[in-house]
Amino acid sequence: MKFSENWLRELVKIDADRPTLCHALTMAGLEVEEVTALGEGLDGVVVAEIIGADKHPQADRLQVCSVDAGLAAPVQIVCGAPNARVGIKVPLALIGAKLPAGIVIKAARLRGVESFGMLCSARELGVDTDASGLLELPDDAPVGQPLAGYLGLPDASIELKLTPNRPDCLGMTGLAHDVAALFGAAVNVPGESVAKVTSKARRGIRLEAGHDAPRYLGRVVEGIDAAAPTPLWLAERLRRAGLRPISAVVDVTNYVMLELGQPLHAFDHDSLHGDIVVRHAAVGESLKLIDGSQVELDPGFVVIADEHKALAVAGVMGGFDSRVTDSTANIFLESAHFAPAAIMGRARKLGMHTDASHRFERGVDPELPARALERATSLLLSITGGQAGPVLVAESPADLPQPVTVRLRRDRLVRLLGVQVPDVEVVRIFTALGMRVEPRADGWQVAAPSSRFDIEREEDLVEEVARIFGYDRIPTHAPAGALSLAIQPEARINEHAMREQLAARGYHEAVNLSFLSADLLARWAFGEGLVPLANPLSADLAVMRPSLLPGLIEALRHNRDRQQDRVRLFELARVFAAGDPPLETPSLALAASGPAQAEQWGESSRPLDFHDLKGEFDALVAWGGEPQRWSVYADPLPGWLHPGRGARVTHDGETVGYLGALHPRLAAELDLGADVHVMELALEPLLTRRLPQSSPVPRHPSVRRDIALDLPEDVSWSQIEDVVRRSTGVVLKELRLFDRYVGKGVEAGRKSLAMGLILQDASRTLTDDDADRCVRQAIAALEQTYNAKLRG
Amino acid sequence: MDDLESRASQALADIENTETLDGLDALRVGLLGKSGIVTAALKSLGALAPDQRKARGAEVNRVKERLAAALAARKQAMEHVELERRLASETLDITLPGRNGERGGIHPVTHALERISLIFARLGYQRVDGPEIEDDWHNFEALNFPPHHPARAMHDTFYFADGRLLRTHTSPVQIRSMQGRQPPIRIIAPGKVYRSDSDQTHSPMFHQIEGLLVDETSSFADLKGTLAEFIRAFFERDFEMRFRPSYFPFTEPSAEVDIRWDAEDGSSRWLEVLGCGMVHPKVLSNCGIDPERYTGFAFGLGVERFAMLRYGVSDLRAFFENDLRFLKQFA
Repeated sequence: MKFSENWLRELVKIDADRPTLCHALTMAGLEVEEVTALGEGLDGVVVAEIIGADKHPQADRLQVCSVDAGLAAPVQIVCGAPNARVGIKVPLALIGAKLPAGIVIKAARLRGVESFGMLCSARELGVDTDASGLLELPDDAPVGQPLAGYLGLPDASIELKLTPNRPDCLGMTGLAHDVAALFGAAVNVPGESVAKVTSKARRGIRLEAGHDAPRYLGRVVEGIDAAAPTPLWLAERLRRAGLRPISAVVDVTNYVMLELGQPLHAFDHDSLHGDIVVRHAAVGESLKLIDGSQVELDPGFVVIADEHKALAVAGVMGGFDSRVTDSTANIFLESAHFAPAAIMGRARKLGMHTDASHRFERGVDPELPARALERATSLLLSITGGQAGPVLVAESPADLPQPVTVRLRRDRLVRLLGVQVPDVEVVRIFTALGMRVEPRADGWQVAAPSSRFDIEREEDLVEEVARIFGYDRIPTHAPAGALSLAIQPEARINEHAMREQLAARGYHEAVNLSFLSADLLARWAFGEGLVPLANPLSADLAVMRPSLLPGLIEALRHNRDRQQDRVRLFELARVFAAGDPPLETPSLALAASGPAQAEQWGESSRPLDFHDLKGEFDALVAWGGEPQRWSVYADPLPGWLHPGRGARVTHDGETVGYLGALHPRLAAELDLGADVHVMELALEPLLTRRLPQSSPVPRHPSVRRDIALDLPEDVSWSQIEDVVRRSTGVVLKELRLFDRYVGKGVEAGRKSLAMGLILQDASRTLTDDDADRCVRQAIAALEQTYNAKLRG
Repeated sequence: MDDLESRASQALADIENTETLDGLDALRVGLLGKSGIVTAALKSLGALAPDQRKARGAEVNRVKERLAAALAARKQAMEHVELERRLASETLDITLPGRNGERGGIHPVTHALERISLIFARLGYQRVDGPEIEDDWHNFEALNFPPHHPARAMHDTFYFADGRLLRTHTSPVQIRSMQGRQPPIRIIAPGKVYRSDSDQTHSPMFHQIEGLLVDETSSFADLKGTLAEFIRAFFERDFEMRFRPSYFPFTEPSAEVDIRWDAEDGSSRWLEVLGCGMVHPKVLSNCGIDPERYTGFAFGLGVERFAMLRYGVSDLRAFFENDLRFLKQFA
């Protein structure tokens, strides 16, 4: 809602200056979004008339004008505006005038001809943005009068960011009531006029849309001059409210909408056939609107029709065929009430948003139509002339919104606000807002004006009191009440602590958008169970991510493309899968590329490999204290992993994620090298932790025995570990692999492993013989099971 | 006898003058070794008369102890010098960087989110979660947004084919937390939210924290107190603050909270940082809570906004680019 400050001040007399007014509006919930000062510094600019215009002898585009500024003699002005011509009234900046843009007017010589001032465009004066030519003033503009006074300047265009609950402030009179309540001032709204009926012209009106359109008023106005110019004051108010003057009829309906908040519409009376019918649209009914667009309707829309066809979409926009043009002589003026629910979302559905739909879907005072129709008629007659017919009323009282009275209890007010507002203040506030208040023993009975759609229940009244009383006068204190401690279970790892751990291990947390492009997912071969958006912003953001990795790898690539050769990223977020409801699974992903360690002066650089990521996995799993619940398997693997350098991870036998090198083909497609390694695991199992239960520390020393074995290369470490554990029993406390060698000295297809067995018995110190026997058992078992050979 | 004394004196002088451990050892052998002079003197005791033997024996032993002590002292002194010399040569450039000192970091938005959550945890708020893919009832209807209501137009919503949607705010978690539970309730619900809007100041995904308190006594004054305390705790400074009437369908009265922000250029302006209000009675009834008996307040804030203010981030989009040159500033 944008409006002229001067107009508001005419409707409510307050002494507050502009900043005070704007602050008060904002603090009353009518947030001032922008203030544009208009026409400041127009001293020395006067209304003038061009009485002579000759071609400049030296320049084609310039004219030498003789201008009457009400001074003793005409002033000579050189002017380049295309519309400069004899007979028009225009603003003249005299010598010494200072224009808003900072221009100081001096006598000048333009291509050899003297000029004693400047004729101005609207933009040069800071009254509008139009710079196409001189600002043409009405013919009756008094020559010599200071322009500021003539245009009602200075003024300001104030724009409010109104919340949807305050449609009453989408009209100046509603706004004036709020301002009056804030400043304890009186409103001075125009009285209800009644236009003189001088014609008998009528038209039948039939209401067929039930409670969607319970009241429809209209009247015929005959013999108007639709081409009559709109008066300057009215045009200026429209302009300062952000509306461009168009034609007298449209301008008047817009003006009344701004003034009272009631949208109106005018039809070309002669284009109508028979009665006006207010009904729901038929399936597939279509209509060409004033803006030239063709819309397809359905029974969810209310239309204003005649007996042939739909003429307008109710509460949204009028039709093209019945529009008023400059040659229109007779009009049918409409002023109706439509239920908010009948208009809500309709304009949006047509891809439009109009001043009318904005108001109707929020709620327009059902008592306004008659008043607005009279006001519009009076204005119209005074501008375009014509004879007004009688006011034609069709209404269905049962379908009209019923006035509500709401009870406000004093103790409820205190309880909700935490402050005692004096009774007299409560009554003053309601009265000033146009509400009828009746005192009750425990509070008040309040009847809201029909314009206040938002007043339905007690809390709505509490808000009104708070708003006008002032939120800043409500005290500030800490809540009392029972405080129950919310402590996280100890057998659970805190997500944020996990982030800290990953950060401590060199990983940076990334936050990616939750949606990805279908193309990218196709590259990764994620195809099953996807959850696509129905209305994505773009194809790049169209599908809910089924995995954190594609996005994380894009982030990794972003950094590689920016000279970051060593990238370590992680992300903790949800992944999505189709279902009813769709599945949302918190997930942890890591992506790494670049050397295993940061470049360092004392260490040789080593490429990142599978086991670096495995180390991250081990560290995460170790935290939970139950590594035995976790396993890794070499297959089956998803297509995005290197088939030989990836692992499937299970927790309690259930697959919970994968880790490994990115498949070289995918890496190449994504323009990445071979060193990119990733891991993604369901978060939940990682967060479960065993509550530690202590057992006694062993009293007897442990013994270590090292052995080196030659084994077939395809025997995995976990297979070896299994055999050693089974053959040695409980005395084996730990098995450490400390060397792995393949190459010269070892037969092809075999490998050499060196491992240390840490042996310990809880009840006694192990002897050398005990230890040797254990080792012999382990070697024998490995020889038997996997054809191992003890190395010298 | 005199001979032993004088040779011992000589030996003591030799010990003092010896410069090497080998030389010192040679001296030890010559004095205390098998054929050393002290050993020889001890051996010669057997030839003496028993009465002389005792006195002579004591004398020789005194000499022996003196020499042994001198040898040990000299050895220790030389070893000390040797260690000093070695230590003097064992130096390194302590300013060279260490190994494996690289640290990653936590994303500034999660960091701010965690900090905010911790502040409210201290005030007794329990952290709860809800789905990001919501249904219309939880996201809108239960929160008192009727279908097609203009307030919905302020939430540009992403939909799925089945009518579900991506939650446009964390407020539906309020509903989920109140359903099947009775007050007192103190919860916060941090998480990702979505609006189909993308430009310099809007990201289609961002983070919010929703707070809710319902009990038998809470008032707007408590809401003001809670948020004032929170703002002070988060920014670790006092702000001029104002509560401005506003509108949210699920609270009444509703307010927006502005803080007076001093820019670096010395100017100052009001910045909107929070939306809040008293929980609307319809919302309480929708969740099976008696609005006559209980009142409550709710608030919601954008985490990115707080992170931007706290860490001086000027471009919202930087949060979602994951550029290490940006992320490393928060490590």
